[in-house]
Amino acid sequence: MKAIRLLRLGTAREDIVESLQEPLEQIFRVPIVLAQSHPDIEEFYDPPRGQYNSTSILLHLKSIEAHLRTAGWRNRGRTKTLAVLDSDLFIPILTYVFGEAELNGDVAVVSYYRLMNELYGLPGNDAVFMQRVRKEALHELGHLYGLFHCEHQECAMHASTYVEDIDLKGDSFCNRCLDVVRRS
Amino acid sequence: MNKQDTGILVVDDELIVRESLTKWFREDGYRVDSAESAAAALKKLNGNTWNIMLVDIKMPGMDGLELLQRIREINKDITVIIITAFASVDSAVKALKAGAYDYVTKPIDPDYLDHLIEKALKEQALVTENRRLKNTVSEMATQTDIIGESDEIKNVMELIKTVAPTDTTVMIRGESGTGKELVARAIHALSPRKYFPIVTMNCGAMTETLLESELFGHERGAFTGAHYLRKGKVEMADGGTLFLDEIGNIDRKTQMDLLRVIETRQFTRVGGSDVLHSDFRVICATNKDLEKAVKDGTFREDLFYRLNVFSICVPALRTRPGDIMKLAHYFLDKYSKAMNKCAKTFTPEAMHALKGYNWPGNVRELENAVERAVVLTQGQSIEKDHLPLQAVAPGQPEGDRLEDIEKVHITHILSETGWNISRSAAILDIDRVTLYHKIEKFGLKRKK
Repeated sequence: MKAIRLLRLGTAREDIVESLQEPLEQIFRVPIVLAQSHPDIEEFYDPPRGQYNSTSILLHLKSIEAHLRTAGWRNRGRTKTLAVLDSDLFIPILTYVFGEAELNGDVAVVSYYRLMNELYGLPGNDAVFMQRVRKEALHELGHLYGLFHCEHQECAMHASTYVEDIDLKGDSFCNRCLDVVRRS
Repeated sequence: MNKQDTGILVVDDELIVRESLTKWFREDGYRVDSAESAAAALKKLNGNTWNIMLVDIKMPGMDGLELLQRIREINKDITVIIITAFASVDSAVKALKAGAYDYVTKPIDPDYLDHLIEKALKEQALVTENRRLKNTVSEMATQTDIIGESDEIKNVMELIKTVAPTDTTVMIRGESGTGKELVARAIHALSPRKYFPIVTMNCGAMTETLLESELFGHERGAFTGAHYLRKGKVEMADGGTLFLDEIGNIDRKTQMDLLRVIETRQFTRVGGSDVLHSDFRVICATNKDLEKAVKDGTFREDLFYRLNVFSICVPALRTRPGDIMKLAHYFLDKYSKAMNKCAKTFTPEAMHALKGYNWPGNVRELENAVERAVVLTQGQSIEKDHLPLQAVAPGQPEGDRLEDIEKVHITHILSETGWNISRSAAILDIDRVTLYHKIEKFGLKRKK
């Protein structure tokens, strides 16, 4: 049976990661397993930018997964992993990213650092924040299932580069994207 | 355009940049590839269609600027976006001058990048659509309605092709109904002004004051009833062609105003004081003998010479009888389709009648005759009886003697003029007494 591992990385809040379990289970219809790991992500910190290199983190997590597979602890393609962080992420050519995933791969990362109202000088709003985290987690997992960005505004796979864009889109897949996920 | 059909090529010597951008665009569903150098990028131009190329300005060997120039030489349709570091904004500006669409500085704001790509693709789609529409317009424009294979009409076509690309003023001469406006439109359609309007002004249909207002427009309140500012034909033809039909019919005052605007391309609206400018080409047409009008003093000599720079004479239909059936079939097809009729051909008798008539109203008369016949016919062929009375041929000579032909011709002319002896004699270029003799000799009688 396929499963999705939700991996709490670094100092990510446990309650946030846990809150993802149920909604993701309803959409993907696979067991969502909570896991915690303490790989040292500080080595991926870029001091001049004050951000963490998400591509490097992704590669690091991939190498761990590969090692576990080699050791017989994992079956390839059976488990997909979404790492959740509270750190600001970047890929070298872009100023920031909300998350990164391997298209049709096994590992994705998502950060809720830029999903908090407080970062933009606005009063905090837990409900809005949690909804953003769910949408972005769903989005990155969607890439792991081979989904491209979707043109439907309501679909969670709609591309969003600003937090306002995330608020505009829905917290589930459109029928076409959902169909791809269910068939995979 | 479908995203999978949109190709993006990332050119950067840094692997991490290539990988990051490739991945970013792939998630968007684009067809993406990357090249580690300018040389590799040029190789990937062969046999591939790229809509957008993101090119790093600083690369070992051939740099981004040189690559941009090479891309421009190979394919002007590719949108090139330069990637640069803050330190080399000057180079980016150089790149923009060299034809780059835009530049982005490392690291790129993802939102900016997405919008930039979307904007570039939208503009590219508009350019493509614009080009397609221009091609369609060109195709439609070059498919002129000038039909015929006679030497006379071929000569007209040659003259049109010769004069069209220039900005020369053209005077089109010919009898009424020969298709002078079609010639004007063909010249416009083949000229560089084809994407701007051709504005037609029928000078013969206007009174002096109305003509002035139509030509130059009027300001609000210029005269009773001028509730709004109105642009004149001269102003509307800006960038395009002003076609002045029946130029021989304009009065002396308007002739003077017209001369001034043609010479200076400047004019003032009626009731206005601002001097306005309009860039237009003049094509005029007349069925009058303007040289005679100049001699008589009814047409200004200076305007005549200003207009009569390049003259095209459209031949009368009777001088090119070989084109009659070609035109007739063209109009038959046109009106059969328009009226949803199945008429496709003419009976031999109808063809004979069409060929035998001398068409004083020229192509316009032929068109009207065929249109009427298509209305009347229910079958696949146009019968002789479907053709209007005027279009019925005068009949065939009884023999091959000159007298036989003379009899038929005189009968036809008398019929045409309603047995007006003076007019018939004038047309036949004989005196009235001779005509009476001929009538008596051939035993011709007026039909009641």
